[in-house]
Amino acid sequence: MITTDEVCNVQTMTEEEKYNLLKTVILDYERKESNLIQILHMAQAIFGFLPVEVQHFIANQMELSVSKINSVLTFYSFFSTQPKGKYTVSICLGTACYVRGGKEVLNKLRSVLGIDVGATTDDKVFSLSIMRCIGACGLAPAMTINKKVYKQVNPNKIPLILGMLK
Amino acid sequence: MINLTINNKVLQVEEGTTIFEAAKQNNILIPHFCYMENVHQIGSCRICVVEVEGGKTLMASCVTPATEGMIVHTNSERVRQVRKVIFELMLSDHPKECLSCWRNQNCELQELGNLIQLHEFRYEGAKSKDIIDSSSPSIIRDSSKCILCRRCVTVCNEIQGVGLMNPHHRGFSTFIGPSEDELLGESVCTNCGQCVLVCPVGALKEKDSTATVWEALYDKTKTVVVQTAPAVRAALGEIFLYEPGTLVTGKMAAALHQLGFNYVFDTNFAADLTIMEEGSEFLERVRNAFTSTDKKAVLPMITSCSPGWIKFMEHRFPDQLAHLSSCKSPHMMLGALTKSYFAEKMNIDPAKLFVVSVMPCTAKKFEITRPEMFKDGLADVDAVITTRELGRMIKDAGIDFRNLPDGKFDSPLGLSTGAADIFGTTGGVMEAALRTVYELVTGREMPGKKLHIQPLTGLNRIKTAALKIENPLPEFAFLNGVTVKVAVTSGLRGAAELLDEIKSGTSPYHFIEIMGCPGGCISGGGQPRPVNDEIRTQRLEAIYREDEGKMVRKSHENEDIMLLYRDFLGVPLGHKSHELLHTVYTQRSKN
Repeated sequence: MITTDEVCNVQTMTEEEKYNLLKTVILDYERKESNLIQILHMAQAIFGFLPVEVQHFIANQMELSVSKINSVLTFYSFFSTQPKGKYTVSICLGTACYVRGGKEVLNKLRSVLGIDVGATTDDKVFSLSIMRCIGACGLAPAMTINKKVYKQVNPNKIPLILGMLK
Repeated sequence: MINLTINNKVLQVEEGTTIFEAAKQNNILIPHFCYMENVHQIGSCRICVVEVEGGKTLMASCVTPATEGMIVHTNSERVRQVRKVIFELMLSDHPKECLSCWRNQNCELQELGNLIQLHEFRYEGAKSKDIIDSSSPSIIRDSSKCILCRRCVTVCNEIQGVGLMNPHHRGFSTFIGPSEDELLGESVCTNCGQCVLVCPVGALKEKDSTATVWEALYDKTKTVVVQTAPAVRAALGEIFLYEPGTLVTGKMAAALHQLGFNYVFDTNFAADLTIMEEGSEFLERVRNAFTSTDKKAVLPMITSCSPGWIKFMEHRFPDQLAHLSSCKSPHMMLGALTKSYFAEKMNIDPAKLFVVSVMPCTAKKFEITRPEMFKDGLADVDAVITTRELGRMIKDAGIDFRNLPDGKFDSPLGLSTGAADIFGTTGGVMEAALRTVYELVTGREMPGKKLHIQPLTGLNRIKTAALKIENPLPEFAFLNGVTVKVAVTSGLRGAAELLDEIKSGTSPYHFIEIMGCPGGCISGGGQPRPVNDEIRTQRLEAIYREDEGKMVRKSHENEDIMLLYRDFLGVPLGHKSHELLHTVYTQRSKN
């Protein structure tokens, strides 16, 4: 079975190769509706996001309505129908992070990046999202940028952190 | 059996009974909202909450099974307070425009208000949604009125298997419908209208055509012709507070004359005509299948009267369209004949004719927009109104429906046989077709008590029957000893099952009747609300009463049909028939 690690080289793939890979994934999961969430995870790993065309492809392959696919993916904040930036900045708003100032960090991110939650900057560098507890309560407020975790983030440090990435 | 106590009353119910059902069986009414018996019981609205002693929270009675020794209170102070708050929260996100709403006085939320007795709105706040999708010719979706009960989700997914109506996003942002960027009018929606039928509020409604019809009626240059489908007469009365299952054929015809229609024709006439054409088509296919070696004969043949079913087929089984009968649906045939045969006979310019169909169906509104349903730029049918819309027009015109003397349909497109009447219910088209086909093949009357085929009647999802042909007329000698197998289904889930069989090559049938709505047209998407199996049965019995009350009960014995063939059409499946009464289908995408 294909894993998310194996789809890491998707950057170099053509669109056709990506769809072929997704088709293999769907077959691996036996086209079962009960595996839809896993399939959507893999599809997002392959395409970076889940545009209407990909939703249609999955629907047709699985013999489900596109509305059903859309219903599931819009329920979970992890899935995105918009392209993500090079860096996805996620701030944790679980209880511990929230009371330790997660909200202030989020507001700072909003104003520095000039975008709202779920959006991507025009230059396609940053996307902003929120999470509900990532199990790093001791590091509150926690933030992740792609897979890297930042601990005890102070709103004033935000411009510096983002600046180093750019 | 299980013993429980509800409101200090000791009760015994069968295991597996919910608290709600236990109460209902014992005449205790628990206010409820989204609940639909045997169809939708998911506790989504929470109105039916009750207090169970020992329980930490209140429980939705429609999904909580009764257990031994349970002590339930349906009217405690806590229950009444919570119920009221739930209702208030529902209303806080619902526009209070009741007087201008289509559902005014026919709205389940209003009925609930009547039970709960709210005298002020304590919660006013942001409204969550305001999408109005009027892209479909059949159905309008006004999400601002939606209270998220999810009944439409259940019928679209579980009953119809279309899967278009679904919840999207979550929490306060939740809306019900097709995907975000998808419009009803451009989607796989079959326009069946079962969602409209179960919507408790004004969130899903038929696209109104009464304004267009009034305009035509006021236009002195137009000759306005109306026709009524078989199922309308068995349900229209309910709008005027008759018991379900009351036939109002005569009053309906009288009301239509009073509304100002110049000619009141009957779709049932065209139902008889459909039997002549479809029956002949079936016999031709059977003859090819049994006598010719070329594989052009496609069996089973499937009926094509139900436009919701047709669109479903075009999306879901685009490679199986050859199984569909090429016959137009009866009201389209009648429209085409009005603008040709009738226009010619009366010397009226077809362009000055305006044809209105009164249908139990929302999908017919889409059907008349199909390009195949136009001839020389003229639509076969100009407007479709549902049974509900006709009810509104009759009320609007101040017609005292209950005190109307019985009226009659007009000639030459108004006479029908009992075979046409039963088109309105599941199994009817098949029975009507077999009454004629059997007689054409054998020269004898179809066997069966009162001319009915018992296994094809009733509300079961898939019904089958087999009819052995013995001693046919010489012309049909090839059928001697052949057992003709037929199947009938109503509702699109059953349709998909039968089509999957055909696709895999295992279908044993020669002829299949499919109706898009469960129960057939008697519970079509344009019929009066509410609809449940009890009301379906009452309407179904009315349809059979109408049939059995007729002197002539076989389509091929309809004198006006014979006249039509003699004077105008020639023979079934002839050149003129093909031009006016038959159609083609379109392959559509699966999503």
